[in-house]
Amino acid sequence: MTTEYRVISTRPIRPDGVDKVTGRAVYGADVRLTGTLIGKILRSPHAHARIRRIDVSQVRALPGVKAVVTGQDLPEADDRIVDLGEDTGNLKHLRDNILATDKVLYHGHAIAAVAAVSASVAEEALKLIDVEYELLPPVLDVREAMREDAPLLHETLITESLGETGGRPSNVAEHIQHLLGDPEQGFRQADVIVEREVATATVHQGYIEPHVATALWNADDHLTIWCSTQGAFAVRQQCADLLGLPVSRIRVFPTEIGGGFGGKINVYLEPVAALLSRQSGRPVQMAMSRAEVFRATGPTPGSWVRVKMGTTRDGRLVAADAEIAFEAGAYPGSPISAATQCVFACYYIPNGRIDGPVFPRIGSIECLEAAKANPHYQAALSREDVGGNGNVYANDMGAAALRSARALRGRGVAHGFWFNAGLQSSCTINVSVDGSVQLVEGSTDIGGTRASIAMQAAEVLGLAAEDVKPVVADTASVGYTSVTGGSRTTYATGIAAIEAAHDVIRQMRERAALLWELDSEEVTFDRGVFTAAGNPGQQLSFKELAAELEETGGPITGRATVLPEGRGGAFATNIVDLEVDPDTGKVTILRFTIVQDAGKAIHPSYVEGQMQGGSAQGIGWALNEEYAMDEQGHLVNASFLDYRMPTALDLPMIDPVIVEVPNPGHPFGVRGVGEVPIVAPPAAIANALYHALGIRFSHLPMNPRAILEATGQIGAAASSK
Amino acid sequence: MAEAPLPFQGRGRGRGRLHVSTRINDEDTELLCDPSQSLLECLRDVLGLTGTKEGCNDGNCGACSVILNGRLVNACLVLGAEVDGQEVTTIEGLATPEGLHPLQQAFLEHAALQCGICTPGFILAAKALLDREPQPSEERIRFWLAGNLCRCTGYNKIVEAITSTAAELAQ
Repeated sequence: MTTEYRVISTRPIRPDGVDKVTGRAVYGADVRLTGTLIGKILRSPHAHARIRRIDVSQVRALPGVKAVVTGQDLPEADDRIVDLGEDTGNLKHLRDNILATDKVLYHGHAIAAVAAVSASVAEEALKLIDVEYELLPPVLDVREAMREDAPLLHETLITESLGETGGRPSNVAEHIQHLLGDPEQGFRQADVIVEREVATATVHQGYIEPHVATALWNADDHLTIWCSTQGAFAVRQQCADLLGLPVSRIRVFPTEIGGGFGGKINVYLEPVAALLSRQSGRPVQMAMSRAEVFRATGPTPGSWVRVKMGTTRDGRLVAADAEIAFEAGAYPGSPISAATQCVFACYYIPNGRIDGPVFPRIGSIECLEAAKANPHYQAALSREDVGGNGNVYANDMGAAALRSARALRGRGVAHGFWFNAGLQSSCTINVSVDGSVQLVEGSTDIGGTRASIAMQAAEVLGLAAEDVKPVVADTASVGYTSVTGGSRTTYATGIAAIEAAHDVIRQMRERAALLWELDSEEVTFDRGVFTAAGNPGQQLSFKELAAELEETGGPITGRATVLPEGRGGAFATNIVDLEVDPDTGKVTILRFTIVQDAGKAIHPSYVEGQMQGGSAQGIGWALNEEYAMDEQGHLVNASFLDYRMPTALDLPMIDPVIVEVPNPGHPFGVRGVGEVPIVAPPAAIANALYHALGIRFSHLPMNPRAILEATGQIGAAASSK
Repeated sequence: MAEAPLPFQGRGRGRGRLHVSTRINDEDTELLCDPSQSLLECLRDVLGLTGTKEGCNDGNCGACSVILNGRLVNACLVLGAEVDGQEVTTIEGLATPEGLHPLQQAFLEHAALQCGICTPGFILAAKALLDREPQPSEERIRFWLAGNLCRCTGYNKIVEAITSTAAELAQ
């Protein structure tokens, strides 16, 4: 059955569009408050060191300096687990990350901060802070970190293994395992067993707007924060925990946000700006430089994955075994659990084991990379496995024919899964006298969600998309709303908007009933028109009735708060054609197609945009991007020149194919679309490189150096020729 | 102790401020800047023109693209003092009372932005391209835009918006 929609699946201009193409939209760095000071952070030049002493006594002598803080200014924190928005974390670790006290654990770790009348004075002031370090050996690789004799990052960290803690401290934060059936028995049934190891590099989300926050700790001990964040309520909660303030005294205004990709959920600057504001009595604005963003925010973890899969000759997968290790950087908190849930989620496998030791962040990409490297993975895919869209994967692509035509061209296919999130959302809808409505929501708009949420309300209300005016509100003006992340916003905040719209209609029917002297049950609503039951001639449009609100009892506000349980898993398949230059190792993407199940594409242009953007980011991670550390653990490529993300010239047009298999857990069938596009590109490209070169790559990035080493053009193989 | 009379006095170092007479978005503009202040800092912090965005402050992302005497530049790599006697166009100078610039309209219609932080820079870069090459090929557009990073869109819709604008302006 096809449903006829009037707004959904159209492509209206986004409500915040004009502000964003004219430069008027207010992003984090555009906030201007009277009397604002500029805050700057002193950061560790060392990757691993004990802090012997921090002396800030010289700083205040510098004219123009108004405040200086260290970790000692944050309240003591215990080992309690707190809400970080998308995930949870240990409060003490969060505190130590905000401003280090006893140890620094990465190059760029924050140590102290100053606020001054200008940025230049603040920078001068940082030079007056004296820190004495005792250098400790760095730990730079996940498997190295898991060794018994590895230098310890946290002397008090005891591994939590399979639900139990015990033993002595180690760098392994957590060990989880999923077991299904009998893997050994399964492998005995297999005719073909493939086992591989795969490693991925630590990579950054690469949002173009650096982190920025402005805080005002007022004389009444109420704190107001303006910041670029994926979740204003998450910022409020973290600041409350870190600063020892009740949430009732903190109000967070989310500004427009210049990209996040999961990286703008944890707080970094907000609590520090708050401390500086409390001390100075003035607003304090802090912005990171690009190098600070690379060094001191939360990149995607590097990983090591071993995957073993067994299949019968007729192409049935009978067993799978995966060992997954994530490096989370300085503190526990890598999303190993998500990885273990995604690694085999695409397949029906009767026997499996997934082992995940976590070295003290999102990523199913790593696991899927390993799974997709299995040349047999395609065999087991059927229409049922992929929600009815299986035809696009059974694609051997005439490998031999292509290779004989152009030796260094290849085609690769890979398929990715991500489970998407639900979480909490709130909306209110206020009916205006002209028959338009204001939609107040708590989800910051990172890629067009004002449009996709307003369109869902408009569909229910029978209004044009333009008649729903969305507003992203601060934490005092809308109900609790979880972060814009986990591909959840159009799904979950969409449901809140739909339910709030139904609440409006319920109240409007009562008003029509009052006018017509009927019971509200005797008023029907369809496509924007209220009709008296039994008297089809008696009708009022939404706009006509909206004009009668004062006469019928006053304003109408619809509201809804939701915690939806019916999130729909996301599937995407990438098909890539590429060409390798044998002399330089450069890979050119000739053609790239992404086929993705959106459930229902509310605004197809922005769904396509998510698919294209995720693919582009995945291509960057596959071919180029990585954190480069020297032996002492200094990040040596902390700029967009050296951490090279794909430019327009590096990419072809990315062809999006939207598949719509409705999610039964959403009234219009919405699934999240934002994250799954990034899962499979590295695997598709690895498969295409195998097709082109006959070489199976197992490490990301597959950059020119890796390709030339593998083909023997450079490195040991070349020099022995 | 000297305090700033204004909430923002930029990143200036020292007292020897320079008087700069320039033309910004077709208006004669006077400003005082420190010798070390970039054009980006002058625009954002001295003049309050915050439509020009900072993404890296080292010339590698293009978010601060502006047009200087008809040439596309990164405002973070130009000193404020250098624009004395010159003409600067920023994102604030594109729309007129009659409406949006055709590129701005095309970016909206083609959904060529997601988070929008890189958008002013891309629109200025595209304008500089179309001013000198009214009918660029896709390859030419991609080459020209290679100094502007976007992490959200994969560039498809940006390239399409520019192609469409070029076609529209040719009519």
